[in-house]
Amino acid sequence: MGSYVPSTREERQGMLEAIGLQEYSDLYRDVPRDMLLDHPLEIPSGMSELEVGRAMRAIAAKNHVFATVLRGAGAYDHYIPSIVKSIPAKEEFLTAYTPYQAEMSQGVLQSIFEYQTMICELTGMEVSNASVYDGATAAAEAAAMCRTNKRRVTLVSAAVHPDTIETIRTYCYGTGDELRIVPQKDGRTDTAALREMLTDCVASFYLQQPNFFGQLEDAEAIGQIVHENGAMYVMGCNPIALAIMKTPRDCGADVAVGEGQPLGIPLSYGGPYLGFMATTAKYMRKLPGRIVGETVDSRGERAYVLSLQAREQHIRREKASSNICSNEALCAMTAAVYMAAMGPRGMAEAARQSMAKAHYLASQLCKIPGVSLRYTGAYFHEFVTEMPRVQDVLLALEQADILGGLIVDGAILWCATEKVEKAALDKTATIVKEVLER
Amino acid sequence: MKLIFEKSVSGRGCTLLPPCDVDSVSLPDALRRDTPPALPEVSETELSRHYTELCHKVHGVNCGFYPLGSCTMKYNPRIDEEMATLPGFTNVHPLAPAHTVAGCQEVLDTAKNYLCEISGMADMTFQPAAGAHGEFTGVMLIKQYHKARGDEKRTKIIIPDSAHGTNPATASMCGFEVVNIASAPDGCVDLEALKAALGEDTAGLMLTNPNTVGIFDEHILDITRLVHEAGGLCYYDGANLNAIMGVVRPGDMGFDCIHMNLHKTFATPHGGGGPGAGAVGCKEFLAQYLPKSALMDGGDHIQVRSFAGNFLVVVRALTYLMTLGWEGIPEAAQNAVLNANYLMRRIKGTFTPAFDRICMHEFVLDLSEFKKHTGVSALDVAKSLIDYGMHPPTMYFPMIVHEALMLEPTETESRETLDWAAEVFCKLYTLAHEDPDFMHNAPHNAQIGRPDEVRAARTPVLRWERA
Amino acid sequence: MNYPADLKYSKSHEWVKMDGDVAVIGISDFAQDSLGDVVFINLPQEGDTVSAGEAFGDVESVKAVSDLVCPVSGTVCEVNEELLDAPEKLNSDPYGAWIIKVEGITGQEELLDAAEYEAVCAVAED
Repeated sequence: MGSYVPSTREERQGMLEAIGLQEYSDLYRDVPRDMLLDHPLEIPSGMSELEVGRAMRAIAAKNHVFATVLRGAGAYDHYIPSIVKSIPAKEEFLTAYTPYQAEMSQGVLQSIFEYQTMICELTGMEVSNASVYDGATAAAEAAAMCRTNKRRVTLVSAAVHPDTIETIRTYCYGTGDELRIVPQKDGRTDTAALREMLTDCVASFYLQQPNFFGQLEDAEAIGQIVHENGAMYVMGCNPIALAIMKTPRDCGADVAVGEGQPLGIPLSYGGPYLGFMATTAKYMRKLPGRIVGETVDSRGERAYVLSLQAREQHIRREKASSNICSNEALCAMTAAVYMAAMGPRGMAEAARQSMAKAHYLASQLCKIPGVSLRYTGAYFHEFVTEMPRVQDVLLALEQADILGGLIVDGAILWCATEKVEKAALDKTATIVKEVLER
Repeated sequence: MKLIFEKSVSGRGCTLLPPCDVDSVSLPDALRRDTPPALPEVSETELSRHYTELCHKVHGVNCGFYPLGSCTMKYNPRIDEEMATLPGFTNVHPLAPAHTVAGCQEVLDTAKNYLCEISGMADMTFQPAAGAHGEFTGVMLIKQYHKARGDEKRTKIIIPDSAHGTNPATASMCGFEVVNIASAPDGCVDLEALKAALGEDTAGLMLTNPNTVGIFDEHILDITRLVHEAGGLCYYDGANLNAIMGVVRPGDMGFDCIHMNLHKTFATPHGGGGPGAGAVGCKEFLAQYLPKSALMDGGDHIQVRSFAGNFLVVVRALTYLMTLGWEGIPEAAQNAVLNANYLMRRIKGTFTPAFDRICMHEFVLDLSEFKKHTGVSALDVAKSLIDYGMHPPTMYFPMIVHEALMLEPTETESRETLDWAAEVFCKLYTLAHEDPDFMHNAPHNAQIGRPDEVRAARTPVLRWERA
Repeated sequence: MNYPADLKYSKSHEWVKMDGDVAVIGISDFAQDSLGDVVFINLPQEGDTVSAGEAFGDVESVKAVSDLVCPVSGTVCEVNEELLDAPEKLNSDPYGAWIIKVEGITGQEELLDAAEYEAVCAVAED
């Protein structure tokens, strides 16, 4: 049986005696007798480290790691530099608690302050928080931030990731607020419909950029429409794209959020991921979650501290706008290391190459008879193709150790990142052609 | 210490990507960024040294004693970390075909079986990413349950005033009105106050047991029965599960749904504030209301975050569960309680426990008389502990004890560490009587002196700016 | 501790001064002393309705939030926005740093004179 309890049997007996007790059961004398478990838990026996390693590796071996990943849809297979894996694995960073005691945690606090700065740089915003759970919850929290007494309705584009829509919907259900979906047209938000739906009771409109179908939205024009009608504008962005793309701030967004997983976090079957949230100075006090601020200590030296805590649940309790306590701190640090390792040029390169490879794949696929792009607009690194026999295509790709795109409404949503080699893209097109020729 | 931006030199960087092997494409003009983001430009040497310097200013569980009440800072096993880095777990896409990720499903199913057995629940979700997120999910189960019954009257959630702030915040996020009930003098639920608060408008009760002062409420069956009789459901906040796992089950206490903190009880690391995972379990009748992913599962369910949850955190927890097994789970709980009682007994000669009785996995010291006598506050004591390399205990929580310090040693501490900790408290007790000023100005040998939090809040500086 | 005689006080530690038909409202010296350093104040807007006995905003210190309870019912006609940038004035000059002005008074809480209020504070300190 495995155990991390250091004390030996003798030591335990000694400690019991030191507190005037005989057995462990004496410690539980406040517990009603018939509530105590009178039989062992019906779970397997404990194991030595060697056995556990064997067992878990056997389970991991039942998962297939594809050599080439051409599927995105909210989880992206970017190259993760080695240093981005090794730094967050340092035991101090890994095992430290939340930095409430500033005098003992300047390392954590400074790394978060640096992360906050980098997110502001990417999004063009003035304030960032220290992270929330993921892009979907960031969108839901942003929608909550925008509500006032008079404006409660949340509008979301139909071209947003389905998991994000459902998460916003659930949070709205919680507070009893209404969610309305703005329809999409040809893979992008229907701006005419948006205009009509922006009534006096609307608090905010949420746009995903690029959207779920990979399409690039007319974010700035949409921002103008939203503001003309007195609502707030929330943009959910891909952080790699932001290295080369117009910032949410420049598009007029009041709040910028998104999924930070592309910033050095592995696919991980969906988690842990990273929700980033940034806003203007005006809305600073409405941001949920922890925020690190700079100050001085008693000796006048620069120091970092968790700040604006009066927003949070441990102080406001039932009046807090969010209950968030634990966040994704280590993932935020991972993202900061990634952004520092890649730098502005490296990130722009990752963005450009992802875009280039996606466009190359699209052009190769569209040369195949029967294959065409479903949507005609400009796109970043994801696109949707129409083709027959999508299941056969994906199966054939799987057999060639390629995870093809995701089936969405009978079509395929493909993704390419800087990690995919041209040879793999060519092979993909070849296989698709072979299948459709059969 | 400099910020990484202050070490940045234009033109520096790392060579991480090969040149592009396909033709380049441009974004439409209107969508192009004007100026590149001012991210740091550093070499790998500098990046490595920067984070090493930061690392020396972080106190991990590997550095020393961390008796934070309510946080369960137990040792984070290395094997759990190693398993969470296996490519078979890290390099799989959440939307990969099910037959290519059978291992992931097995991790989730196996962890579910272990945790349902430990908690006395029938079904479970791992979608919530933290304890508070789990609370939100659990209370949403209660909300859906009443809605499905067509019961619109149940608008209130009862919460004891000793509860963690996330509890009332959660209730508000779920659209409920919070009814705070005062605790009894012994820190437990005041049954009369509970009875007075119960009614047709009660949706449920949120409770932790042992409670936030580290005491097992022996009236728990009465409490849950009363709530059920009034037509409400009972939600268990699993933050204190480390005291009782394998010994008592929340399901047997009458709770209908629960969250567990994998980053507390099940030894997954805190990461400087996260990621955690808030596994939510429930009895069979609530299983239909558990959240799912629209893309992964389809169907008509609530959803609390994308995909299936913090999967790699579950991998760590499962590794831990498999290591401990049916023998190790209660052993951990029993020794957590033993260590807490031993430490409390050793400290009792100087500082005063708020409740002088057998505690569970944590205990609270009441420093209000001590403060009156010496002028030294709980905060001063906490800051003084830093000079001894000990992370301070939880301060000023729960709110029902004044000048509170809450200590939770956990089961992974040795007797020598506990003896040493007691000695430090003893030294500080004496110091407070002899040189209170010294303690008002503590810490003296730490990374920084006390930070000016008023200035930080009045004039927020929340990012670095180039001068 | 200061208790100016020309003001009225509520049990929740706000002061009120009538300026013609307009009620000028702030927090007392006792209140600012209990709060500690004020770091931020959440203010209502001009035109908002306020009710006697209900919160009209709150003040934040580093570690706590306290509701501001309105001693009168009416409509907010002026808000001291200076306090948003300089909340410390509530500490340094509690009786000069008014928070809101209310017109169209339709009701009020039980208000105390300086001596009665001082007595309330003496009890509270025990």
